Amino acid sequence: MSEAKQFKYIGTRSIRPDGFDKVTGRANYGADMSLPGMIWGRTLRSPHAHAKIKSIDTSAAEALDGVFAIASHADLPAVANISIEAGEGSSNLVDLGQNVFAKDKVLYHGHAILAVAARTEAIADQAIDLIKIEYEVLTPVMDILDAMAKGAPILHDNMFTEGLAEKPTTASNVATRHEFKLGDVEAGFAAADVIVERDFYTPTVHQGYIEPHACLGRYDENGQSMIFCCTQGHFDVRASTAALLKMNLSQLKVIASEIGGGFGGKTTVYQEPVSLILSKKSGRPVKMVMERDEVFKASGPGSASRLWVKVGAKNDGTITAMQGRFHYEAGAFKGSPVMMGCMTAFTPYNLENVHVEGFDVVVNKPKVAAYRAPGAPQAEFAAEMVVNEIAEKIGMDPIELRLKNAAAEGTQTIYGPKLKRVGLVECLEAVRDSEHYKSALKENQGRGVAAGFWFNVGGQSSVNLNMNPDGTGTIVEGSPDIGGSRASMQLMAAEEMQMPAENFKPIIADTENVAFSAGTGGSRTTFATGMAVIEAAQDVIRQMKERAAAVWNVTAEQVEWSEGVAINTAGEDRLTAKQICKGADRTGGQISGRGNINARGAGPSFAVHLCDVEVDKETGKVDVIRYTAAQDAGKAIHPSYVEGQLQGGAVQGIGWALNEEYVYSKEGLLENAGFLDYRIPLASDLPMIDAIIVEVPNAFHPYGVRGVGESGIIPPLAAVGSAVSHAIGIPVTELPCSPPRVLKLVQDNA
Amino acid sequence: MAIVMFSSELQQFTGEPSTSIDAPDYRSLIAALCDRYVKLDRNLLTEMAVAIDGVIIVDPLLESISHDSEIHFLHFVAGG
Repeated sequence: MSEAKQFKYIGTRSIRPDGFDKVTGRANYGADMSLPGMIWGRTLRSPHAHAKIKSIDTSAAEALDGVFAIASHADLPAVANISIEAGEGSSNLVDLGQNVFAKDKVLYHGHAILAVAARTEAIADQAIDLIKIEYEVLTPVMDILDAMAKGAPILHDNMFTEGLAEKPTTASNVATRHEFKLGDVEAGFAAADVIVERDFYTPTVHQGYIEPHACLGRYDENGQSMIFCCTQGHFDVRASTAALLKMNLSQLKVIASEIGGGFGGKTTVYQEPVSLILSKKSGRPVKMVMERDEVFKASGPGSASRLWVKVGAKNDGTITAMQGRFHYEAGAFKGSPVMMGCMTAFTPYNLENVHVEGFDVVVNKPKVAAYRAPGAPQAEFAAEMVVNEIAEKIGMDPIELRLKNAAAEGTQTIYGPKLKRVGLVECLEAVRDSEHYKSALKENQGRGVAAGFWFNVGGQSSVNLNMNPDGTGTIVEGSPDIGGSRASMQLMAAEEMQMPAENFKPIIADTENVAFSAGTGGSRTTFATGMAVIEAAQDVIRQMKERAAAVWNVTAEQVEWSEGVAINTAGEDRLTAKQICKGADRTGGQISGRGNINARGAGPSFAVHLCDVEVDKETGKVDVIRYTAAQDAGKAIHPSYVEGQLQGGAVQGIGWALNEEYVYSKEGLLENAGFLDYRIPLASDLPMIDAIIVEVPNAFHPYGVRGVGESGIIPPLAAVGSAVSHAIGIPVTELPCSPPRVLKLVQDNA
Repeated sequence: MAIVMFSSELQQFTGEPSTSIDAPDYRSLIAALCDRYVKLDRNLLTEMAVAIDGVIIVDPLLESISHDSEIHFLHFVAGG
């Protein structure tokens, strides 16, 4: 696309079309739907982190008045040991089923074992209390080091490490090893004047979405089953549920509710298949809503990690080699995002010598799910912390060091292709030139800077643009709106059609009313679904021109489209969109555009963050006092939403860096399964996050769009960590920088 | 001829970091690679995304390849 392209609607701050419903409480979230005859489902969860199930007695629960059905793993059909494409990447179907219901062994505190459907939630809870389960408690494996120790309890007897040169003969808690290499790191380190290497730890964290998982399932023996649920991808819910229950896709309709946050955590299924099983057994619709503690215990958090990074550089700032070894917790079933950590850790740098190894390790914690740029924040935290330490050691400004080594167009990535045009340098320069970077610090204050890289993805999106007889249009899309995508779709339709945005109403259709669309994740929706909207709008314009041409008895090529009006270039004729749509019944029927695409050419997005903190050395409390986030959006379709993504990513990352962590007892029981003890940042904890939108267009999108949803969570971990290190004069190597940890660092180094 | 670059993982099966191949499209590329490297599992390749001249393509079945293209196989990337 041309950088000089001028836009009329793109880049404006239009009113969000879903805003009124949300501020008035009229919007329907996952728990808001009810159906006649509906009953309630509740889940019996494991009180142990690791145990064999020896026996289950449900007789007393079954006899309780008001209980309609009880479901367990035995109600799931046997499925093949295959991967299915659903949600964020592929899932092993057997693992997915055993996460929905434990089979003969529970693998984490809160693992679902049974579900009860009853007339009320209270009766279902009472029934659960009446169920007797006998366990053989096993030693839990709660950390990567424990999981990899010689003689460690093995979670899965049939899991052998993949990715090794020699095929292992003994089962292991290490599911997979990944390796990526460029050049010769030993030669690179030999050429370095200074080398820094460190070990780091990041804890298990939760996405912290406010809306708990909720669904309503209604089974229909005639092939018209339905699930209403909060999800980032209702087509993925359909795919996973249908695969687990051996249904045809056409037998199941999934309706996406409004969604109160997901951040990657609502890309798989937990209760959805269960509600359908209970509905089938009871003959009634079944609603299931997780309590907050269930969300923490049994949905998919972000991986804890143990990271080792080594960086070599010359005294002039040239980085000669970077090396990393990353271990990520997958939770109870394989599939952490460690590979993406390996692929992203050092990508902000133009390097000749890089070597990364990654290990996917199972532990007795809930199976991890995607969490905003999954895998990248952990690895890039370690890399950026060491880069800042290198800058300090050679006495170089950390931004200048990054500019000297910055990835740019043509940089060879460790994961494969060379980068196309990217905006890292522009982000670094924007932060360097900011008032914030020039401002002075006071006593007990520190400053940290960090960069972050995320690929962004494209994928399948489907859109219908149905024109109405009054010239307005309905944008029918299949991408749940999490971060304001409705407004972006509206603006892109307006730009193509050259008609005001309010003429277009975007709706999220269910799985029966629009063709397949991949979930909202991977920073893909504005990019990919936006391209589908553009294609659908172009299809409408083509049809409008044909209709006008038919009326004027000219060819469609003789008709131009300008400002929402068809113009006969062979005469004086004009027909507005409204006139063409009103007369559509007489010119061939109603006008509807279609855009069904598999979008490619997603443009990577780099982010650079700058953080100032103040540390109370007597208590260890850290306050973020100033924060600036710069990110390459390619082109900001709706700048307010882009700023919101930058700010939201920064805030989640600040929480990860400062306070958030799963706290387990030595028995493997989660001790802080609620927002009182798992403390996400509040508005009162934070300064205003200054957002700087950098626009380096993505050549593969008609308007230059890059995804913006994920890169923003990557830099905060190291920006905050480095700021704390700077303030206390001691390297931070473990997150979170919570008061007890920071106080211990200060006291140990006093 | 197009240049195919192999990741560390694929080099276990190819024994070399890159190769040149004359293939007009993705399907003939896969066939040619599997002919040339007997240890290379066709399923492993077809389950991977491919980057052709820097553009990552998740479903490359019908892709055409230029004589001077640079090709990388890489794992599917998801997001949150």
